[in-house]
Amino acid sequence: MTAHRLHRRWKTAVGVALTALMLFPVYWMINVSFTRDQDMRADPPHLIPIGGTLEGYRAVLHQQLPYLGVSFLVGLGTVALTLALAAPAGYALAKLRPPGGGALSFVLLIAQMIPGIIMAMGFYAIYLNLGVLNSVAGLILADSTLAVPFGVLIFAAFMSGIPRELTQAAVVDGAGALRTFWSVVLPVSRNALVTVSLFAFLWSWSDFVFASTLDGGGDHQPITLGIYHYIGNNNQQWNAIMATAVVASIPATVLLILAQRYVAAGVTAGAVKD
Amino acid sequence: MDNATTSLRQVARDAGGRATKALPPAPRKPAGRHGTRWAGWLFLAPVALYLLAFYAYPVYRNIELSLREYTVRSFVQGGAPFAGLGNYAKVLSDPTFGPALLHTVVFTAGSLAFQFTIGMALAVFFHQHFPLSRTLRALFLIPWLLPLIVSASTWSWMLNSDAGVVNAGLGALGVSPVNWLTSPQWSLVSVVIANVWIGIPFNLVVLYSGLKSIPPDVYEAAALDGATGWQRFRRITLPLLRPVSAITLLLGLIYTLKVFDIVWIMTKGGPTDSSTTFATWSYRLGFGNMLPAFGPGAAVGNLLIGMALVAGLIYIRVQRRQHLS
Repeated sequence: MTAHRLHRRWKTAVGVALTALMLFPVYWMINVSFTRDQDMRADPPHLIPIGGTLEGYRAVLHQQLPYLGVSFLVGLGTVALTLALAAPAGYALAKLRPPGGGALSFVLLIAQMIPGIIMAMGFYAIYLNLGVLNSVAGLILADSTLAVPFGVLIFAAFMSGIPRELTQAAVVDGAGALRTFWSVVLPVSRNALVTVSLFAFLWSWSDFVFASTLDGGGDHQPITLGIYHYIGNNNQQWNAIMATAVVASIPATVLLILAQRYVAAGVTAGAVKD
Repeated sequence: MDNATTSLRQVARDAGGRATKALPPAPRKPAGRHGTRWAGWLFLAPVALYLLAFYAYPVYRNIELSLREYTVRSFVQGGAPFAGLGNYAKVLSDPTFGPALLHTVVFTAGSLAFQFTIGMALAVFFHQHFPLSRTLRALFLIPWLLPLIVSASTWSWMLNSDAGVVNAGLGALGVSPVNWLTSPQWSLVSVVIANVWIGIPFNLVVLYSGLKSIPPDVYEAAALDGATGWQRFRRITLPLLRPVSAITLLLGLIYTLKVFDIVWIMTKGGPTDSSTTFATWSYRLGFGNMLPAFGPGAAVGNLLIGMALVAGLIYIRVQRRQHLS
């Protein structure tokens, strides 16, 4: 018993060590964000930010807030658009099974395999003609392509597990397909809604390809471009660059803490769809 | 996974089983059911239109781009002359083509090999029960969730030749500093390192959920027969995990072919094309210059689509075969 417990404690120690090793870059980003300019090129580098500075974060507050605001706006818009398109489609594929639904699922699977850079080039050509380059709405539309096929497939997988009695009871009570979807299926699909929203938000928040091609010259640019310009114009002030990186990572970290099991569910469902 | 999806599906299966026993098999309203089948298209129509407008049309425009001589001016004014397969010929005979192909293959194979092996080892490790294992496993997801630009710029600074912490660490071990990002022989290795770091969590989570689906009594029986840990891994874990491994590798392949951000932010494909892949080459041709070469850029992109689709079709085949078995 004691030997067994000792063994388990030893495994925990190894686990903590592996996690620390894996998260070292994250720690380093935080460490550098607090490091003073004159210590930046110290040899050996300071492992903890002794006599640290908030200079980097002050720079973020002054220069990056508008970028963060745009990213939030684009993220929320992408979530709304993705849910509005994907939830009804998932319901149809799972429960109504219209003719041709299988072919559509296949197309959705293929759609996820088109590299972002190719989509970006196609979008650029279209947006240039329509005159919607450098617009927040254009970016939301483009970013939604990252999450819509994934969202439909997650919703379909989840909703096919909703007991048939539940939807049939609604039909017996006289509810149409729309009513059943809205008042019965959506409320019990909370987990799928959270999973899809989470990934739609994170993917649009992290998007760099669409931002740099479709919004590279706009007044309203997302935080990924904020960091990118920062590296380009100012490759000396690494504390400010890393402070921006830390701030840009906050949504991912908060969402991970709040919705841990949904993240794992999303990764797995994305990989092993059935 | 221990999420509600699985349990709900289970509930559904149980409920379905009971329902067929309890209810008479005659369907109540066949005509109405036929109606709802078509009503389904009302729910699908938005996505179908969306796919046409935002997938099919951009891809079509991209193919059209690759077949014409496009400049920014001809975009606006029209009149880009038809070039046939000229752009493809240009791309295939470009001195960048060979290296870009090689780098794409090395980048993809290297990333997959390392992130899969490390992900597998970690999945096996975390599959054991010990205090904190859940929390630690959740923390492992962080690198995968961070915006790629954050990871890429962090790695850029860590791998900095003069002041990077990696070279400082190597120096402490007595290894002379490496010009990670600025020397042609190391730039590709650098971007692979960063990409492996980002890919480990995905491999860990998927393989871990695969491990959880292996019934524990198989291991108990093997332990009774006196199998060592390594034997159990070789003879039980690996074979039973093969379907999940195949999916993991194929999804990793599709994802890695697409990787653009990491390479572009860390090295821009340089120095002198030493880390150029198809994805960064396509971007540089289309957007990276003052005078964009949209036609050749689109042509490179379409070659990349071809590679991704081949991988994708293999993926679908594998998954379908698994579904049948």
